[in-house]
Amino acid sequence: MPVITYRQALNDTLSEELARDPNVVLMGEEIGKFEGSYKVTAGLLAKYGPKRVVDTPIAEMGFIGLAAGAAMLGLRPVVEVMTINFILMAVDQVVNHASKIHYMFGGQARVPMVIRTPSGGIGQLGATHSQSFENWFAYCPGIKVVAPSTPYDAKGLLRASIRDDDPVLFIESLPLYDTKGEVPEGDYTVPIGVAEVKREGTDVTVIGYSRMTFVAMQVAEKLAKDEGISVEVVDLRSLRPLDRPTIINSIKKTNRAVIIEEDWRSYGIGAEVAATIQEEAFDYLDAPVLRVAGLEVPLPYAEQLSKASKPSAPDLVDAIHKVLRGSKRLIA
Amino acid sequence: MAKATSEAGKGVAEIEGHDLSAEDPLILKHYYHQMLLIRRFEERASEMYTKAKIGGYCHLNLGEEATIVGLTAALTDDDYIYTNYREHGYVIARGVAPGPVMAELFGRETGTSGGRGGSMHLFDARSHFMGGYGIVGGQVPLATGAAYALKYQGKPGVVICQVGDATTNIGPWYESLNLAKLHQLPILYFIVNNGFGMGTSVKEGSSEPDLWKKGSSFRIHGEQVDGSDVLAVRDATKRLRAKAERDGEPAIMDVVSFRFRGHSVIDPDRYRNADEVKRGRVEHDPLTHFARRLLEAKIVDDAYIRDTADKVEHEVQEAIDFADQSRPPAMKDLYKYMYATDVPNTISEAEQEMFQARLDVEEGEGKRS
Repeated sequence: MPVITYRQALNDTLSEELARDPNVVLMGEEIGKFEGSYKVTAGLLAKYGPKRVVDTPIAEMGFIGLAAGAAMLGLRPVVEVMTINFILMAVDQVVNHASKIHYMFGGQARVPMVIRTPSGGIGQLGATHSQSFENWFAYCPGIKVVAPSTPYDAKGLLRASIRDDDPVLFIESLPLYDTKGEVPEGDYTVPIGVAEVKREGTDVTVIGYSRMTFVAMQVAEKLAKDEGISVEVVDLRSLRPLDRPTIINSIKKTNRAVIIEEDWRSYGIGAEVAATIQEEAFDYLDAPVLRVAGLEVPLPYAEQLSKASKPSAPDLVDAIHKVLRGSKRLIA
Repeated sequence: MAKATSEAGKGVAEIEGHDLSAEDPLILKHYYHQMLLIRRFEERASEMYTKAKIGGYCHLNLGEEATIVGLTAALTDDDYIYTNYREHGYVIARGVAPGPVMAELFGRETGTSGGRGGSMHLFDARSHFMGGYGIVGGQVPLATGAAYALKYQGKPGVVICQVGDATTNIGPWYESLNLAKLHQLPILYFIVNNGFGMGTSVKEGSSEPDLWKKGSSFRIHGEQVDGSDVLAVRDATKRLRAKAERDGEPAIMDVVSFRFRGHSVIDPDRYRNADEVKRGRVEHDPLTHFARRLLEAKIVDDAYIRDTADKVEHEVQEAIDFADQSRPPAMKDLYKYMYATDVPNTISEAEQEMFQARLDVEEGEGKRS
C-alpha cells in the first residue's frame, strides 16, 4: 500500500473529487496561485482552472456565506480557512446560517459544504494564531465536525465530507501535514460520526483526536515497550456527532480513561467526553477520568512558555501513571 | 475607468411616469388584490399575536405593500429571493397561499417551514423563496452565493437580496458587494428603506444616508425608487434585473417606503413623533394611493374596491382557520430535519432518555385529553 503524507492525502482527495463532480468547487484565500498557505491545494489551479479553484479576497464572512448560499443551489463548495482562528470572522454564517438552514426551513434546503481548516499548532505562533476552536462548533447541532489523525482517515473523511449533504467542519493540524501513513488507492470513505480504536490495549484508554491521537499513539508505543503498560487508543475522528458507544465500550474493558486534547481544559471536548464516561460507564471506572489539555492562557510567544502551554507526550505519560496508581499494573 | 466611475456615481431618483391606460387592467387589479391581501394578512397577524396564537418575534410589512408587489411583479420563475425577517408579504406575493404562511406563524406542521422556522424563517422551495433570515445581514452573503451558483451553472435568472436600510451598515453587506462585483453576479440588492433600523434613523446610523450610493466604492450602480408606487418599483426592478441577468451587473435599489408601525408587533414606537407617523400613514399609504389612481383611471369602480375588500377578508380568515385547524409538528419528529445525510450517533443515550420521557408525557396527555 502506498505511504503518503497527510497533506498529500488531502491534495489527492480534493483533486479526485474535483474530477468526479463538476459541482465541487474549491474556495479560499491564497489557495490558487499561491497554492495554499500550507500547500494543501498545490497544483490544483493549474489542473482544474480558476472556475473550480477560486482565490477569494480576505473576507471570511463573505466567502463562507457565499459558499453556503451556492451550496443551497446545488454546488458543493470546499472552503479553506487559513487557520481556525480566522473562522471567528465568519461564525455567524457557520453557526446561524449553514448549520441551521436544513432544520429551520423544514428540510427544504441543504448546505452541502465543507470548511477545511487547521486548528491548534505548535511553534511560537502567538496568542491569535494557534488556538483550538473546534469545540465551539461541535457544540452546535446541525453541523458535523470531523478531525482525522492519519492520512488514511484524512482521505476517507474528506471524501465522505464532500459527498455529505450537510455542512462539515473538517479540522486539520499544521504539525500533521508532514506525517505519513498508508493510504490505499481507490475510492473509500471513512464514515462521519464513527470513532475508531486505533490501538487495542487492556490497562487504560486514551481518548484523543487529530494531532493528540498522533501523540497518544507514540506514548502508547513507548509505554508498552518501556513499562509493559497496555494502552488502548480511541481516536474520536468525529466531534459531532460524537461516537459515545465506542468510548464506553473501551472504558468497560480498561476501566480507566485519560483524555488528551489540544484545546483549553475548561469547556473543552474533554469535558464532554469525561461527562459521557461518568454518565454511561460510572460503575466500570476504577479511577477518576483525567484530562490532559492546554494551559489556560492566551498562548504566549516566548519559546519555552509557548511549549509549556501545549499538552505534550510527557504530560500524557504522567496522567496515565496517575490513573494506574493502585492498580496491579503499577504495583507489579 | 471613467465610464465605470460615472456609472457607479449615477443614481438619480427616477420618476417613472405611468400611463395606466397602457397597462393591462387585469394585471393592475391583480397588484391591488395582492397588496390588499398583504395589508389584511399583516393586520390580522398582529391581532393573532395579541391573542397569543403567534409566538416569538413578529415583524409586519404594513406600509411596504407596493414595494413587495412591485418587486415580485418584475420577477420570473427562474429568480430567487432571499429576505430578512420582515418577509410575510414576499412569500404571499411570490404565490404561496396565505394559509401555510399563517400556519408557520402559528407553528404548525402545515406551515411553510413545517413549524420549525416561525415568522422570521419562512421558506418555499417551489417558488424559489429561499428564506427569511432573522440575523441582520445574514442573508446577504447567502444570496450572493446563490447568484454565484446561477452563474457557475450557467442558469437563467437573478437573485434578489432584500435587506433593511440598517443592514447597509454591517460587515457582510460590504464583503458581499465586493464579491458580487468581482465575480459579476446576477444579483439585485433591494434595500427596503423605511427610514428606521428598529429605533435608529438612517441618518443616525449611516454616514452616507443616500443608501443607493453605498455601492460606489465597489463600482456597483445604485438608484432610489419610490417604494410606495407599485409600478415604479416594478419597472425599476425589471430594468435592473435584465441588466443583472444579461450582463452580470449587480445593482443596488434603495426603495423608500414608510413603516406604519413599530419595529415589531410589540414595539410601541415611542421614538417616532406620533403625529408624523399618523400623517405618514395617510401620505404614504401605497394602497389608498393606488386605489385612487385606479378609480381615477376608471380601471376599477367603488364596487370593485368593496368586493376586493370582502374577498381578501375571506381569504385571510380562511388562512387563519387553516392555521388554527392544523396540527403542531409531532414531538416524535423533533430531530427529523437535523441532518440531510443521516449519520450515526446523532443522539446520545442520555439525551435519548430525556427525549423519551417527553414523548411519554405527551402520549400521556394525549390519552387524557
